[in-house]
Order: sequence, then structure tokens, then C-alpha cells
Amino acid sequence: MSVGSALTAPLATVGRLFAFGADVLLAVFRRPFQFREFIQQAWFIASVTIVPIALVSIPFGAVVALQTGSLVQQFGAQSFVGSAAVLAVLREAAPIATALLVAGAGGSAIAADLGARKIREELDAMMVLGIDPIHRLVVPRVLACMLVAVFLNGLVSVVGVMGGYVFNVMMQGGTPGAYLASFTALAQTPDLYQGMAKALVFGLIAAIVSTYMGMNAGGGPQGVGQAVMESVVITFLLLFLANFILSALYFQLVPAKAI
Amino acid sequence: MGVEVRVEGLTKTFGSQTIWRDVSLTLPAGQISVMLGPSGTGKSVFLKTLIGLIKPDAGHIFIEGTDIATCSERELYEVRKLFGVLFQDGAMFGSMTLFDNVAFPLREHTRKTESQIRDIVMEKMEMVGLVGAEDKLPGEISGGMRKRAGLARALVLEPEIILFDEPDSGLDPVRTAFINQLIVDLNQQTEATFLIVTHDIGTARTVPDNIGLLYHRHLSMFGPREMLLSSQEPAVRQFLNAQTIGPIGMSEEKDADELAAEDHTTLPPLPPIPLQLLPSDGRPRPTQPEPGAWCAANGVVPPPGSFQADPSGFVPQSPESLTGGAV
Repeated sequence: MSVGSALTAPLATVGRLFAFGADVLLAVFRRPFQFREFIQQAWFIASVTIVPIALVSIPFGAVVALQTGSLVQQFGAQSFVGSAAVLAVLREAAPIATALLVAGAGGSAIAADLGARKIREELDAMMVLGIDPIHRLVVPRVLACMLVAVFLNGLVSVVGVMGGYVFNVMMQGGTPGAYLASFTALAQTPDLYQGMAKALVFGLIAAIVSTYMGMNAGGGPQGVGQAVMESVVITFLLLFLANFILSALYFQLVPAKAI
Repeated sequence: MGVEVRVEGLTKTFGSQTIWRDVSLTLPAGQISVMLGPSGTGKSVFLKTLIGLIKPDAGHIFIEGTDIATCSERELYEVRKLFGVLFQDGAMFGSMTLFDNVAFPLREHTRKTESQIRDIVMEKMEMVGLVGAEDKLPGEISGGMRKRAGLARALVLEPEIILFDEPDSGLDPVRTAFINQLIVDLNQQTEATFLIVTHDIGTARTVPDNIGLLYHRHLSMFGPREMLLSSQEPAVRQFLNAQTIGPIGMSEEKDADELAAEDHTTLPPLPPIPLQLLPSDGRPRPTQPEPGAWCAANGVVPPPGSFQADPSGFVPQSPESLTGGAV
């Protein structure tokens, strides 16, 4: 491989990924909508992510409470621990934990499924039978991923805050009233909306990348494994980048609440 | 009645690697053609290019006035309705039963009622001898059954052009004979245009009306079966007779030294040209040429013993009916 192609190959992949995303966007509006596939996929993604995500979010809330608790205690502002936990969980932890699970469990399953169909020539057969796999298979998966991500985001928010509460009140000797009362001190409703918006975007990215990787798997069973691995790694990279951009945007667009 | 496929100057490269260059041929309407070639010469790529799954770098593929190589995605989906394709492993949808697989194109593209669909599906299942296996999943059946199920699905929309990607790969000789018989019978019934991609010379010698050979990144020869079977062209002769002597080497073409070393070896005489496989009812297909017609028209003397009922002991038997046999 020449130096030139070594530099342009990743760019070409990025370009194809965007072109694929545009194809998916167009196909979303094509009738008939594959409602059955959408429900099946949403159920499938939810079923593989709900338990792990609940288990992840409990220690996440606890860690936030631990970190902020000891720090804030030194300033004598322990009554703000609840608020800090809510902020951290709603704004960052919930969407990111959701995205990691949607990408790691749901996305990898999607990439493996589509990759296996690709190497078995099922996708080719589908195209030859006059069915567009993007419309038939990809669109329902993308929408299902986005829907499930938003719901999981809500789950992580609740479980994470509860985990923080349990840890703060039972282990650190905080008072329940102070924890709950401080919720609204720093946090505001737009925090919840931006968490949901982030989850929606992360679900979109995870689904687009994993379907793209699956549909472009090649070279036998090994190629499918490769596609799954790449889809998870690329999704993670994109998610953290997107998270940074969305957070920065949010701080510019929504003024922080004055104490 | 089948549709003619005209290919002009087709070229395909992957990166710096040329798959084949300047392939021009015409698949005559209603006839069976075979595309041969050593492993890795892009036979499957050629087949996928014909249905527009792979875009060629140059050249044209005309089907009923539409150029598949340059037409829009929308036109492509329209032209594909003329095609039925049997993929290597059948390419059945793993999550559906065989019945749903075969019914899939009907449910997607026609407004037929469920009972009409059932009739058509069962007719095709019977044609390929899979009655009784409708409720099985593709993962539960053998490779040969998957191939036949794939064939049933390819046939269900009554295609004008049927493409077979290595119908005999991974099958034992008996199953291969059954599949070949099925192909000939189908051609008799549907009169569609058939293209079979294979490297099985047993199939190539007895089934088709036309043979093509892809070799060394180009189309070495394409023409009537008798033309290639009586050809003295080294690569064609080597491949169709499965010999080691000739330009085709183990990995790629042989180098000059290897060829020079073979200069003094004398080739065995061409074997007789066998008769074509007849449909199960023993009547020739409507598009089937007379045995020896091409040789007579072109003044070629066929090898001794050609066109006799049992020339070299290799003429697959015509079974009475395929549906009774368990392939």
C-alpha cells in the first residue's frame, strides 16, 4: 500500500460512512415502514442491555457520590452532594453508559447479525429479489437503537441517582433530606432534555456504525469478527467525540443555573 | 421466453488488481451457457456484475435496452425483476422457514392472496423436490437442500434470466447429476436464459449450449459448446480436459521456462464430444442445437466417437423424475 492510499483509505471510509448515513436517512421516509422488524429489534436490543446497564449505573452513581462527597465535605457544602450526583448522572453518566451498552451489546449483535448475512450472501439475495436491505434491515435497527437508547437513558438516570442516594445516606452519613432537597439547586429541566438528546444521538451513531460495518464485512467468518470489533471501537471513538461536542454546545446554549 | 444478455468490453479491477479486462459476449436468449474458469478468476464477480451487485469499471451490460452498468438504482431494481439467482450456499434468509423464504418475493412484489402464494410455493417446492421440508429452517437442512430451496426461491417470480453461482460446489457427484438434470428440465419448461458459473467440467461438457472460459484476467473464449470442446486453443483445451499440460499453472499462469519444458510433450488426443444431457422426458429442449450442427456448419471434424450415445462412459443418466429422489 502506498503512502497516499494509506492516508486516503481512512478518509474514504469516513466518506462512505456518511454516504451510508445519508442513504439511511432517505430510506427512513420510504413506505412501507417495517414496523414488525422495528419492534423485534427494539425488544432484542432492550433485552440484551437492560440488566447490564442497571448493574453499571448503580456503582456509577455511588462513585460520583464518593468523589464529590469527600471533596464537597471539605468545603462544608455537603448539602450539595445530591445536586452534584444528579448533574453528573443526568448530563454525562446516563447518556455515556447508555451509549456504551447500546454500542457494546446491541451494536455488536447488530454488526454480527448483518455481517453473517453479508457473508452468507443473504444481503445480495435480498437486493437481487428487489428489496433494499437499507430500507428493510438497517432503518428499523437504527430507529430501534435510538428509541431504546432514550429509554435506557431514563433507566440509568433513575438507578444512578438512587445508587448515589443509597451510598451517600447509608455509607457517608449524609442526610436524606439534604440529598433530595439539593436536587434542584444546580440541576434544571434542560439537563434532562440534553441527556435524552445525547442518548438519541449516541443511539443513532452506534446503530449507523454497526450496521455499516456489518453490511461491509468481508472475507468469511473472520471478517465478521473483525467487523464487530471495528464497529465497537469506532463507535466508542465517535461517541466520546460527539459527547464532548454536545456538552460544549449545551454549555453555550443553556445558561447554568445560578445558586 | 428468455431474454438476451449482451456484455460489451466489461472491465473490473479491485484497487490495482485487474479481475478481468474487456469481456464481451452475448448470452443467447433461452439457451444454457456455462462460464468456466480456474479458481479465483472472478467468475462469481462476473455473475454479480451481471445483476448490478458490483459496478464494473468500464463496459456495458445490455438487457432489454437497459445498460446495467450505468443505469440508476431505481432502474436496476426494475431490471432485477427479470432475474433469478441461485447463490453458492442458497443464501436463504436464516430467520425464516423454507416456505417463508420461497414466498418472500411473492409477498414483497405481488398482491397475491396467501392461498395463491401457497399454491405457487408448493409448486416450486415440488419442482425442486422439497415437499415436506417447508417448515424447516435453513440451518436445519443439508447444503444440497439449501441449494435447491434457493433455486425454488429464484424461480418463484418466473424469471427470464436465471444465474447459477456454482450449483455443484460442495455436492457429491450424484447430487450434482440431479442438479444438472433439474437445470436442463427447468430450461425446457421455462425457456429462460441460463448462465451457470462453475469449474466442474462434467457439467460444462454435457449441460450447456454455450461455454465461456475466463482465464488470465480475460475471457479466453466464448461460443457454442462444440466449438470449445473441439478447440485446440491451449488454455481451453487444458481446462476442458482437466490436464496439467497447458498454460494454466498451479497458482497462476505458468512461466516461460515451464512452458518450454512442456514443448516436446505430446498432448493426448481430444476426447469425443459427448451428447448433451436431455430433459427427463427425453425430448430435446426447444433451444437446444442439433448434435454436431456447429461442427458441420464450420467444417470442423469432431474427435472420433463424438455424439454417440455412450462415447466415453460419461453421460449422466436421466432419472425418471427428480421429485421422487432425495437429493
